[in-house]
Amino acid sequence: MKLTLKIWRQSGPTENGSFESHVLDDVSEDSSFLEMLDQLNEQLLKQGNEPVAFDHDCREGICGTCSLTINGYAHGPENSTTTCQLHMRKFNDGETVTIEPFRAKAFPVVRDLIVDRSAFDRIIQSGGFISVRTGSAPDGNSIPISKVDADKAMDAAACIGCGACVASCKNASAMLFTSAKAAHLNLLPQGQAEKDARVLNMVSTMDESGFGNCRNYGECSAACPKDISLDYIAKLNRDHAKAKIKKIFS
Amino acid sequence: MNLDPQIPDGPIADKWDNHRFSSKLVNPANKRKYRIIVVGSGLAGGAAAATLGELGYQVDCFCYQDTPRRAHSIAAQGGINAAKNYQNDGDSIHRLFYDTVKGGDFRSREANVYRLAQNSTNIIDQCVAQGVPFAREYGGLLANRSFGGAQVSRTFYARGQTGQQLLLGAYSALSRQIASGQVQMHTRHEMLDLVKVDGHAKGIITRNLVTGSTDAWTADAVLICTGGYGNVYYLSTNAAGCNVTATYRAHRRGAGFANPCFTQIHPTCIPVAGDHQSKLTLMSESLRNDGRVWVPLDGKNCDKNPNDIAEELRDYFLERKYPSFGNLAPRDISSRSAKEACDESRGVGPGGRGVYLDFADSISRLGESAIRERYGNLFQMYERITGENAYKRPMRIYPAIHYTMGGLWVDYNLQSTVPGCFVLGEANFSDHGANRLGASALMQGLSDGYFVIPYTVGNYLASSGAGTISPDGPEVKEVLESVKERTSQLLSISGKKSARSYHKELGQIMWEYAGMARNATGLQKAIGEIQDLRDHFQKNLLVPGTGDRLNVELERAGRVRDFIDFGELLCRDALERNESCGGHFREEYQTKDGEATRDDENFAHAAVWEYKGEGKTPVRHKEELQYENVKLAVRSYK
Repeated sequence: MKLTLKIWRQSGPTENGSFESHVLDDVSEDSSFLEMLDQLNEQLLKQGNEPVAFDHDCREGICGTCSLTINGYAHGPENSTTTCQLHMRKFNDGETVTIEPFRAKAFPVVRDLIVDRSAFDRIIQSGGFISVRTGSAPDGNSIPISKVDADKAMDAAACIGCGACVASCKNASAMLFTSAKAAHLNLLPQGQAEKDARVLNMVSTMDESGFGNCRNYGECSAACPKDISLDYIAKLNRDHAKAKIKKIFS
Repeated sequence: MNLDPQIPDGPIADKWDNHRFSSKLVNPANKRKYRIIVVGSGLAGGAAAATLGELGYQVDCFCYQDTPRRAHSIAAQGGINAAKNYQNDGDSIHRLFYDTVKGGDFRSREANVYRLAQNSTNIIDQCVAQGVPFAREYGGLLANRSFGGAQVSRTFYARGQTGQQLLLGAYSALSRQIASGQVQMHTRHEMLDLVKVDGHAKGIITRNLVTGSTDAWTADAVLICTGGYGNVYYLSTNAAGCNVTATYRAHRRGAGFANPCFTQIHPTCIPVAGDHQSKLTLMSESLRNDGRVWVPLDGKNCDKNPNDIAEELRDYFLERKYPSFGNLAPRDISSRSAKEACDESRGVGPGGRGVYLDFADSISRLGESAIRERYGNLFQMYERITGENAYKRPMRIYPAIHYTMGGLWVDYNLQSTVPGCFVLGEANFSDHGANRLGASALMQGLSDGYFVIPYTVGNYLASSGAGTISPDGPEVKEVLESVKERTSQLLSISGKKSARSYHKELGQIMWEYAGMARNATGLQKAIGEIQDLRDHFQKNLLVPGTGDRLNVELERAGRVRDFIDFGELLCRDALERNESCGGHFREEYQTKDGEATRDDENFAHAAVWEYKGEGKTPVRHKEELQYENVKLAVRSYK
């Protein structure tokens, strides 16, 4: 198939960027979206141009490195799919495809389609862990956890930290990410000791990082390649309110 | 080359205990005086950096990804083994130890494997405490399954994302140390060389992948935890960024490289669809529990719709050749049988490199919904990639490079032949011999990182004393300059061919001659072709842009350059190992029925390669493997 790519180029974080158009022939419908970009880059090299920089690693939909807003959708229009798992048979011959970086104030562009998502790391560093020293753990079966809770925690833990939730939200809110990470630990007995501090600290780091506020649009969950549920946002709001009240009265 | 494995005295069950007691300790108040560099942030590196930070050392951790949570440990699906014996089904530390040594086709070091089995139980406890959401029974206790042909249920799992959940556990522990300032995290940094002072590893050189800056970092010890080298084949199940540069650069600085020819090929991957292919995707091995593997009896029928091929015109080759294990025959054996069928021109799909994995029988026996419940996500992934519905038409699968058992040689302390340079996880060679069992890689990475290195690196540091050298010292400067020169050399070739096209060519040579089946003629040919490829690369490589900023092609060129040299080393090792064992199958060494013939008399050793300089032939040394606790036996799956 033949495609016209309207693709964002930006040489550095402080430079202005713009769209560039390229025509790509002979795209196999069996190739993944990133393999199509590999093909574009080989073509650019042959033409004496610099290839387009984009983030990618595992190419099997689990590491969360790949990003891209494709035709206006984070990870493209296909549901529950990362860009690396999106295949070209979902596009039409002759189509124009628009490719942009994930756009959010808290995700500054590094180059072309690569953005800096280190704000997510900072949110985790502020409380997304259970403080347990290596070697000090009790036997794994000493705390039974109901299958229902364990499954709910697992659903939240499936978040791959790609940032599609932020990119698809018109406020660029990171609530889905933060709530999934907090819920994973808050749902487990091991996570109870630090629960209040965890939600207060993670939310305040999130706010300081320049993410917008959540208005329950729900775009985040719709764009999420791992189908993280909006319920976790509700849970984070509850946990946060409780922690705040406890703090006031303590 | 000193290859003393430093195995502690005493009965095997007491060795680790004895060793921990006799190891020197660093006074708690002194730990902050020591700096440790950790390269890589996967299960091994992440766990090590977190644990060493927790102990009070000053840690610098480096990874090429944008965050430490993305290392390729994340992609492991199946699970992690531990000798908990929660199922009361006969498991024990000794049984896990024995299974691992046997599964490795008797080419691993007993003492290391025993320690791995001992640590396995602590790993589960540690991960549960961190909040890893392992699968549970209704009663709230941890669930187990049998995996990879094991006769006991000792595998712990978190849906099909065990690797991701364990890595997130290590990452959360690491994040806690980053927040406390004990660990300095350097993301988007790639290690390009190792710095030695007076023979000891004292630092590394990195390239900042965003700014292009080449910098020296010094420390009292260096831990290399950078994973395997599967991408030397270009197409593998590894992540696109996985590379051999850190380990190969350390090898060039004196670290012996052990058993590079021990590579594992996984039988159930989605076949190559065309030239555009950049990676291969693994489908969980569990599919073989309900799928039947076949090809048409007659090559004429390969292009037909598989549903139109009558039962009597199909060859269920695994069931035919291995009646007792059938479709569940071990990875190496299943892979080779698929290759043979395709070599006989009976393969299916694009290029004739694929075999069917058929669920029709299971679907008619159990119903489509039962199959959907068990493998729904895998069928969905298969459809996304191939556009085919595997409920209606058999899947196509083909083996792919998946894991590499070889790696930098380490002693019992995980120290390489360069003192002060330690190697953890898939990057080292010690625990899996010639073949790794399913659900053992995660176990090894975490054992090395959480429970081995904190003791052994302490012993080294207590003996060598604190004294991080200045990054401006002459030895450091010299290495720094050589790295800069190499980078500018790559940029100055100004040829016409991209690094990716060289990588593809290298991959084709490797897969053809050093893939699932190898022979002396082919390996010699491969060495020649790789040397020609290197010459061509040096004259015709094209790297656009400059080195002082983010330059993806420059990163790739450096990695491919090391893969080329390393590919040659792998072929040499395969050529010298005149036997078939585990993942290494030499066509000259097989029985009449095509089974591997191991040669314990001449090859019960680890082959350790010493770098002798650019363009010079490396020298092969041996560490003889002593088997005092298991009896060498033939693996039979008939």
